[in-house]
Amino acid sequence: MEITVQQYKHCDLLAVKGKVDSFTAPELSSSIEKINNDGRFRIVLDLKELDYMSSAGFRALLVGQRNCKRYNRGEIVLARVPKKIMEALELTGFTPLFKIYDDVTEAVGYF
Amino acid sequence: MRTLIFPAQFGQLEIVRQFTRQAAADAGLDERSICAVEMAVDEACSNIIEHAYEGMRDGEIECTCEYDKESFIVILRDHGRAFDMLKVPEPDFDASLEERQVGGLGVYLMRHLMDEVRYDHLGEAGNVLTLVKRIKKAK
Repeated sequence: MEITVQQYKHCDLLAVKGKVDSFTAPELSSSIEKINNDGRFRIVLDLKELDYMSSAGFRALLVGQRNCKRYNRGEIVLARVPKKIMEALELTGFTPLFKIYDDVTEAVGYF
Repeated sequence: MRTLIFPAQFGQLEIVRQFTRQAAADAGLDERSICAVEMAVDEACSNIIEHAYEGMRDGEIECTCEYDKESFIVILRDHGRAFDMLKVPEPDFDASLEERQVGGLGVYLMRHLMDEVRYDHLGEAGNVLTLVKRIKKAK
């Protein structure tokens, strides 16, 4: 898994590449936490190059979303979710918890 | 039939996924079913590592893949403590973000991705989890 972070004026864009499983999910969590620790809670996760995500990744997203949304200080939105991963998100009832965009510009524009 | 024995560590999951993916492809499963098997095995092994082998070092998992005309079968054996993951309650999908539990998701996915999942505790012979996917031939 590889994560790159770009800081925009109104949000942070986090691109997640590769595979997120029980081994790599803690790294995804700490990337989100690091942004939070800088006092930033508006995050776009670009998942275009995400090949695989297990429930460990979904848990990282859930915990991240909870922290970001607390006190109405922000939110995590998802962009370019691959079809296969979208199906698993739907199966686990995660889609109502996140705004999902087909386009990164649109997702960034939400903030 | 083929078998992979690996240390019960999260860092091994990638290898196990590749192993089952290849076995499922060789058995003639379609891509969608291959992905389902891959994910179900990941979730099962993650649970074994996290719960059956909790606090234990040097544990191993034995993964055997076999198939016949109708089914692709993955058998996972471990020697950790008895842990029937099928008893883990299903997540509450109506719960709000604040109330949503983080546990139980993997087991839920595993059960829904496979056609049949069975758990047996064989005393000293350890735990056996059997995952069955019925074969839909690739077009």
